[in-house]
Amino acid sequence: MNARPMPASLVDNPRLDRWIHFQPDRTVRIATGKVEMGQGVVTAIGQIAAEELDLPFDRIVVLSGDTTNGPDELYTTSSLSVEVSGGSVRLVCAEVRAKALERAALRLNCSRDDLTVVDGQFLQNGAATGQDYWTVASEIDLTQAATGSAPVKPAASYRVVGHSVPRIDLPAKLTGAAFVHDVLPKDVLHARTLRQPNRGASLASLDEAAIRRAAAHHYADGELQIIREANFVAFVSPVESVAQAAAAAAPPHAKWDNARRLEPAQQEAAWLKGQPSDDRRIGAWPVPTTPPKRLIQMTVSRPYIAHASMSPSCALAEFRDGHLTVRSHGQGMHPLRKNLAAVLGLPVEAITAQHLHGAGCYGHNGADDAALDAALVAMRIPGRWIRLQWRREEEFGFEPVGPAMLVTLHVDLDERGRPADWTTEIWSPTHVQRPGSGSGYLLASEALSNPPAEIAPFDPPEERGGGGTRNAVPLYDVPTHRILHHLVMRPPVRTSALRGLGALPNVFAIESLIDDLAARVGEDPVAYRLSILSEPRARRLVELVAERAGWASRGPSGTGKGLGLAFARYKNRAAYAAVVAAVTVQETVKVDRVWCVADAGLVVNPDGARNQLEGGIVQAVSWTLKEQVKLDAEGIASRDWESYPILRFSEVPEIQVEFVDGVGNPTLGVGECTVGPTAAAIGNAVNHALGVRIHDMPLTRERIMAALLKT
Amino acid sequence: MGFAFTVNGEAKRVEAPETATLLDVLRNHLGLMGTRYGCGLEQCGTCMVLVDGQPAYACTREVGTVADRKVTTIEGLGTPAKPHPLQQAFLDEQAGQCGYCLSGIVMSAKALLDRNPKPSRSDIVAALDRHLCRCGAHQRILRAVERAAQAMSSGRPA
Repeated sequence: MNARPMPASLVDNPRLDRWIHFQPDRTVRIATGKVEMGQGVVTAIGQIAAEELDLPFDRIVVLSGDTTNGPDELYTTSSLSVEVSGGSVRLVCAEVRAKALERAALRLNCSRDDLTVVDGQFLQNGAATGQDYWTVASEIDLTQAATGSAPVKPAASYRVVGHSVPRIDLPAKLTGAAFVHDVLPKDVLHARTLRQPNRGASLASLDEAAIRRAAAHHYADGELQIIREANFVAFVSPVESVAQAAAAAAPPHAKWDNARRLEPAQQEAAWLKGQPSDDRRIGAWPVPTTPPKRLIQMTVSRPYIAHASMSPSCALAEFRDGHLTVRSHGQGMHPLRKNLAAVLGLPVEAITAQHLHGAGCYGHNGADDAALDAALVAMRIPGRWIRLQWRREEEFGFEPVGPAMLVTLHVDLDERGRPADWTTEIWSPTHVQRPGSGSGYLLASEALSNPPAEIAPFDPPEERGGGGTRNAVPLYDVPTHRILHHLVMRPPVRTSALRGLGALPNVFAIESLIDDLAARVGEDPVAYRLSILSEPRARRLVELVAERAGWASRGPSGTGKGLGLAFARYKNRAAYAAVVAAVTVQETVKVDRVWCVADAGLVVNPDGARNQLEGGIVQAVSWTLKEQVKLDAEGIASRDWESYPILRFSEVPEIQVEFVDGVGNPTLGVGECTVGPTAAAIGNAVNHALGVRIHDMPLTRERIMAALLKT
Repeated sequence: MGFAFTVNGEAKRVEAPETATLLDVLRNHLGLMGTRYGCGLEQCGTCMVLVDGQPAYACTREVGTVADRKVTTIEGLGTPAKPHPLQQAFLDEQAGQCGYCLSGIVMSAKALLDRNPKPSRSDIVAALDRHLCRCGAHQRILRAVERAAQAMSSGRPA
């Protein structure tokens, strides 16, 4: 039998028992290496398993992010979980179902074709047999490798997949303890850190007595241990408030040598231009020798953006009898285990890493770093559980941030005002410094006595969707396209993956330019788009979202009210999304309403996926209107919610989202598909409202006033 | 020092300095983990509880100031098996993503519905505006509070 191509996760973890286990309580444990971050992935993967096994959904238990019993699926990123992990679970369950029916057929002395599975019961020509998965489970060899060859159910017969299922993790989160932050093992010690201000800074002196006095001021009887290992410092106490008070008091009592100084100008995207960079040319190089006839250029930017998770990072660690156990809300437990082993000099087998929930992170935040912090303390105090909690100012100040980007488009037009030759020039620091990826380290490793060598940054390659170049290639009918990517080598702050990577600035640039090009030839932006968009799935969305938003009755430009449209397919290979934003612009921009139509192929959990579209829209509104990481001489200065404001209840638009019917098409990841189109739709709506375009995000009051002065 | 107060209807006595925060006491002394640390600065709302029915930031509230008062936390509302109508309405609307902000938001919503059983959309927005939600579940949350208000005022389950 010819096997179909297997998802990467199944190729990497072929043994069936890495994925599935029949438990004595008549549940099935499905293991995934992807982790829940509020995106609903464990529910969706449970649905896929229930579907292929023909079991009721409540018989499925999902184990997520466990280095002992689960598969290694690297990090939970790039809107790939349902496609890759879900795809693997689908094949595994189909194969196990086939094996179980073969064993039952032998027992019943009947043909395999006479058997069906209904609600987990095996029926012979429709009649009960007394056989089910559990009666034959001991006869199925789950140590075998998956072949990927068992037939999967046709989508037309689905009764769990494609139907909305309530998230299985939500009840706990609405009633009490639910997060790694909420676990207090017996005799736990609480820990906080004093952070090395930057790589290379060394701790010249630490006035421990002053810190102890400050901590004692809060809790006279709380014992305090101060752990120092080179430039890593932790405050440890059985009383959480003591550790907290010590850490809060510590910074003025620490003197650092080699602390770097930053300039305020470095916080702006404009600073990136002219910095040393690693330049790559992608696409139709070299440029044509004939001079451009109708060259149009546009530059847009966005600043550094914080993940700004609601929960400062936290981890638990215990080092007992030579074995380290870590509980973390990071995005990948197998990579975390490997990275900890490398820093701590432990064999990988001496470490167990288990995922517990944290707040949404939307990319690479401080979660993994907190796990190393906790492990470093645990190694110094064996036999005790350590709970290490980052403080709010630490999360804002030391998590990696989403890179600032500057994008310039150089587009030569044909005689009909359509793009004929298109060059995208991008300046950006790297979008991935995940530990273990070859481009980044766990933060505290740089504070230890043998810090890892500094490495030249690099970006995800094009075949993985790129980083700064993500969504730089327009989906429109452009005869020639090329990219010049300046990977800026020494940004002022640590940068790494933030939801969408470069998609947001790149889509903002493309869709802003397309609106300007339509205006240039006096055409409606929707009609202009459709004239250069032949992809049928894309056309359908643009037409539908325009209809939903009442585009035909869009008013004139310059009234203070605007309607803007934008479209993209995430990574040019995941879900498609078309967005219309309605705005009111006075001194500031208010996004009143957003319509979104998406095509994600087969949607496993429609309500869960809608929730992802809505959340991406709100987050993109917040980024586009309000957010910028601020720097001062010492580093990140925006360390609380007043200096880093995000969108509030009173500012959130009405949102209407829908999926077009995608049954028959493979599932496409939805988590990041709305961010680029939302930002660009707002930009176009503001342009419509004001009659003037603002090219730099965030679209603040100052930028609006400056733009209005120009009109 | 010892303090006596009522938590979720039960009389409690804790030994803690009077400057200890209510958040610290709830989590580390009483094991009530649903009240969450988000910023420690009264800026995000994840630690919101009720003190004598009024919303209060537990992250900065000194425990000495709640002596002899009634404190209500998310655990005082309901359980997964027996949720409060507000919690049920949040589940019905699937109002949340990561869920870290929800327990504080539910407590502010509880205080609102206790004083105003039929709030308008703008009343709800005003009551929740001090809460941050980073996942962008705001519209679902607003719908959930409306749904709970309807259910509670009609006496029917949400």
